Order: sequence, then structure tokens, then C-alpha cells
Amino acid sequence: MSEKTAGQSIEETAGGRRRAIKTLGGIALASLLPAPWVRAASTVKIGYVSPQTGPLAVFAEPDAYTLAQVKRALAGGLRIGGQNYAVEIIYKDSQSNSNRAAEVTADLILKDKVDIVVAASTPETTNPVADQCELNGVPCVTNDTPWQPHFFGRGGDPKKGFEWTYHFFWGLEDIIGVYANLWEQIPTSKTVGALWPNDSDGNAWGDGKMGFPPVLQKKGFKLVDKGRYQSPSDNFSTYLNEFKKSGVDIVTGVVPPPDFANFWSQAGQQGFRPKIVTVAKASEFPAAIEAFGDRAAGLSVEVWWSPAHPFRSSLTGQSSAQLAADYTKASGRQWTMPLAFKHALFEVAVDALKRAEGKNPAAIRNAIRQTNLPTMVGPVNFRTGPVPNISKTPLVGGQWTRKGKNLELVIVENSQAPMVPVQGKLVPIA
Amino acid sequence: MEDWFNTLSQGLLLGGMYALFATGLSLSFGIMRLINVAHGDLIVLAAFAAIALVEPLAIGPIAALPIVMLLMAGFGYLLQRLFLNRTLGDDPLRPLLVTFGFSIIIQNVLLEVFSADMRGLDAGTIETASLPLGGDVAVGVYPLLVAATAVSVIGALQWLFYRTALGRTFRATSDDHRTAQLMGIDNRRVYALAMALASAVVAIAGVYLAIRTSVGPSDGPQRLLCAFEAVAIGGLGSLWGTLSGGMILGVAQAVGLKLDPGWGAVSGHLAFLLVVVLRPNGLFPKTRDR
Repeated sequence: MSEKTAGQSIEETAGGRRRAIKTLGGIALASLLPAPWVRAASTVKIGYVSPQTGPLAVFAEPDAYTLAQVKRALAGGLRIGGQNYAVEIIYKDSQSNSNRAAEVTADLILKDKVDIVVAASTPETTNPVADQCELNGVPCVTNDTPWQPHFFGRGGDPKKGFEWTYHFFWGLEDIIGVYANLWEQIPTSKTVGALWPNDSDGNAWGDGKMGFPPVLQKKGFKLVDKGRYQSPSDNFSTYLNEFKKSGVDIVTGVVPPPDFANFWSQAGQQGFRPKIVTVAKASEFPAAIEAFGDRAAGLSVEVWWSPAHPFRSSLTGQSSAQLAADYTKASGRQWTMPLAFKHALFEVAVDALKRAEGKNPAAIRNAIRQTNLPTMVGPVNFRTGPVPNISKTPLVGGQWTRKGKNLELVIVENSQAPMVPVQGKLVPIA
Repeated sequence: MEDWFNTLSQGLLLGGMYALFATGLSLSFGIMRLINVAHGDLIVLAAFAAIALVEPLAIGPIAALPIVMLLMAGFGYLLQRLFLNRTLGDDPLRPLLVTFGFSIIIQNVLLEVFSADMRGLDAGTIETASLPLGGDVAVGVYPLLVAATAVSVIGALQWLFYRTALGRTFRATSDDHRTAQLMGIDNRRVYALAMALASAVVAIAGVYLAIRTSVGPSDGPQRLLCAFEAVAIGGLGSLWGTLSGGMILGVAQAVGLKLDPGWGAVSGHLAFLLVVVLRPNGLFPKTRDR
């Protein structure tokens, strides 16, 4: 009878359910851990900010899996500065909004009193989170934003760097290098048509000094750039006219999936058939690519990580292929590039906590600064980056190729990161 | 010359798509005077309903369309009967707030169920097929189909409104719901039927949208903006007005894009603003002010 009422009360209120799960989790944790230091109740808290909902939510898809995996790996607690700690991860939703990201980070720091903050996915998340941490003197590790928009977007000074905040990802120079080398693989008219929207990415890529134009000119490519378009756009006929007239063989850009879907079907209707299409954003996610149907095969894209990358996890010992397979088994979904970066984020945080001399902010920050760790996305070392506080991860180029019913991403270009082997050559779009 | 012809034809055809987005909104505004903030999210909901049906039933998106229309009509009927009817009254803020709430609920339910992936419907070769019109000008078969559908949907609705008893009931309730009630019309039922009709049209818009491009759970609000502008340009309560509103929006955007790629969306908004300033009731208003 009493059991039944307890069950009911759990069913009835979400709060009750959450409490019950917490209690159960606590009991499970307690039974796993050696008793003496659980009673000491020392906990190290990791705050995690991610765009769970809103337009950037596609980046946060692996979160549930990653958190479960990290919790499993840390079930036995962590030893920091000779003392044992249980680990608590506090997960906050940025709602794909930078104001909200700053707000929840402040909550994590001031209310939850976290010891370290980690965050990922686009400048809208990593920049406000890192700014809050820098302001409040809390160690912070971020990734999955090209390093220039992160470092310079926050007003970073290459001479001084930042005190509390560290970031690892590739940069614009890598993507430009990968694209340009990719396009030299097959004979074309060497005329490149650009689709750059009027947003922070599009403006950075199309920038006359730091972006694509100077590099393309140096490599002998002709650029057809009609200017920045306002995204979302349903009509690309003027771009197509111009591309057709100028004999464009290569299309590039950093285009949101709906815009690219519009462009690509209109290209079919207007009889525009480029040999190479290398667009970021639109063709980074397998599910978004599948939505293009048969016209997805042959598209190429930069690759931040794939199951074929020759890296292993420092946390679980898994290889890239194992991580991807395990994710698919656990979630029923195809691997995505952010999966490995979420994993690596916790690899770096946990490694720093383990090496810290104590559980105080300065000790943790010093440990992050000294990081030299082989991770799922490649080696991370914040002292060897192009500017202070930044570590660069390898970037290669790939092409979506139809293998049976599925599309597979085949690595075809590795000039910027020779440690990742190529699996094939770029093939012109049929 | 060819260039401009191309620009105009692309704009007009895209306008057909916008008109389809707007028709449902035009209906609910025309009959219930209800500003449905969740309209864009209903379009996305219909798109995802079609995506969910296509694979298990192994049918094409066009074959799935009637099923999605029925489902959405049922959903619209219940939405109006159970929730929106309770908000109607002298305070225009209440339906606004309730539909705003529905907008958030629909987005998050879609996110939970379908994840944040961008999805689309594959209609095969028709998506890239085109009709050459001589010279360098070609129009896509699919945009043509969309525009033709928009015209026939609006033609059919026009017939329903002016040639049938149900249509007369709709118009009577729209003009003066108190007098209509005195004549024995149950306006709550009429409203629910109107919403069912509007939602069936929304289903067409949703399926066509998912064939044309890819959609994600949070895409609704941006579709609402197009729809709202098309309705406002065309004039409240006028269905042909809504069609012309969509076309004007499409052409304005295309012309803006032709001049400078950055001006596409802006020229659409400017056209809308210009009409609202010069003719606050839109170009062809039909509803009587209450």
C-alpha cells in the first residue's frame, strides 16, 4: 500500500520524479564508492552550457549520450591534489541565445558555485560563456567555434591572451587551406562562385583581408562574389544567372541547410551544374545531407572529425570508430562531428582536474594551461597555439559518397593535417 | 531583358509559395479576427507530420498530402474548439497570447520528437525538372506546380465562400457574429470548421515547403512573417488579395536580390511597409470593420 502511494506521488509531479531520480542516483553512487570519502561530501562541480533548444540545437544532439558516458567514466570520483571528490555535472541550456548563455553561466558560477565551466558550439555559446568566466575568475574550457571568431570576437589581444578561458578548435586559415587544396585535385575552370550570407560567418569568410579572397587570388582562382545575402533566402536565381554566365565550376559558402536546399534545387531547375560544391554548415550533418536525397552525393565539406580519424579517447580508451558505433547503438542516430568535440571537452576538463594541485580556481587554471593531452579530436596543447589560450585541432576535407543506401563521408584531402589518412580522391559531381 | 524576365518569373512563382503560407492565416483572420501567432509553427508541424508518414507508409510526399490535410484539419478543429474559442472576445490580447504559447509548445514538442535535425521530403526528379522557355530562360516544374496549387486552392476557397451555404455562414459570422448567432448559427462550431479548413491549407503549405527546402523545428516564426506580410499587403479577408500579396512579396524580393543580394529580404519588408503606409487596410480589403 505504501509502495503504491509512493509510486503515485512520483508519477504525479515532475519535481517529485526528479527528486526521486536524484535520490536513486545518490544511492547508486554511494553503493559504488568506497564509503569513507563519500561521507566527507566533497564534490567537484563541472558546469556545462550548451544550446539544447532553438536553432542551434542540432549541435547539442550528442549531449545526453556524452553526459551519460562521462558520468559512467567518473562514477568512481576524481582524485584532485591527494583528495577524493565525487563529480557533479550541472547542465544548462543556452536556448541558442547569447544573452541566455551569459545568464546561465552567471548562475552556474554564482549560485551553483561550479569549479570549472565547459561550453561548446558556435560563437553564440562559447563567447558569452567564456566572457562570464573571465569576469568572475572561473576556469573555462570551450570548443567548436573557429578560433578567430572566439578569440578576436571577444576582443582578445594576441600579446596578452586571457587569464581564465581556454579554447580548442581549427581556424579560418585551415578551412581556406583545405578548400583550396581540395579544388586543385581535379581540372576545372578555376572559377569559384561564393554564397556567403550576411552573418558573422559569411562576413569573416568573404573578408577581403582575412578571408577567402586573397588566398584564392594567390592560388590562381577567379572569384565570383555577388555580395552577402540575407539569410534565410528562398530565391537564388540572380546568383545562378551570374554563376552560369561566368562559367563557375566550383561553388562554396557557409550556408544554412534550408538556404542550400533552395539553392541546390533551383540550380537543377536552371540547368547550373558545377563540378565541385563545397559548402560548410549545410553539409556538415549527415541528417541534413540525407534531406537532399539523391542530389547529396558528391557534395564536399570540411571535416573536423570522422570515425576514420586515428585518435583515441583519454577518458574511455575508445577509438574514433568505436565512439561513433557506440553512439549509434545507444541513440539510434548517425554520428555527427560535434559528438567527438563534446567528448573531448570533458576529456580536457577531467585531465586538468586530475592534474590540479588542489580544488581552487588558480590550481585548476594552472593545470588547464599545462594541458598536453591526446584526445578524441587530436592533441590539445594551449601553449602551442597561434595565439595564447588557443589550441588548434586538425581539419581535413571529405566528400559525401553513396555506398549502398547510405551516404558516407570519405576523407579526400589532408594537406592541413597529414596525420589523418585520406581514403580516396575527390570525384566531380556527376 | 532575359535577365529581368527570369527575375520576375522566379519572383512570381515564389509568390505562389508565400500565398500558400498566407492563405490559412488569411482565413483565420478573416473569419475569426484571430491573429494566429502559431501559424508558422503549424506549417512546420504539417511538414514534420508528412515526414513522419512518408517512410513507414512507403509513399511519396504528394500521396501523403491528403492524409496530412485530414490530420491537420482534425487538429485545427480541436485547437479552435478546445482552446481558441475560449479566448475570443473583446480583448484581442488573449488569443495572441494563447497562440504564442502554442507556438512555443509546438516548437519544443517537435524538437523532442524529431530532434533538431533539418529534414526534408524527397519528391524525386520533379524537384529539379524545368521547362525551357527559349533563350536562357527556364522555369522549374516544381515552383510552377506550387503556384498552380496556390491559384486553385484560392479559387476553390473563393467558390466555397460565395457559392455555398457554408461559405455564406462563414461570411455572415465574420461580418457580424452577434446577429449571426441570433439567426441560429452556432459561431463556435463555425469557427472550429473555419480553423479546420485553414489547417488543411496549412498542411498543403507544409508539405510543399518540406519538398522545396529542409525544415527544422524552430523554423516556424520566420514563415509566419512572410505569411503575415502577404495577408497585410493583400488586404484583410480577401483571398485573391492574399494571392496578390504573396506575389508582390515574391517579386519585390526578387527585384531587390537582382539589384544587390543583401536587399532581398529588405525589399520584401519595404514593399509591405509601403502598402501599409499608403493603404492601411491593404490593397483589396474585404472584411468590414467591426
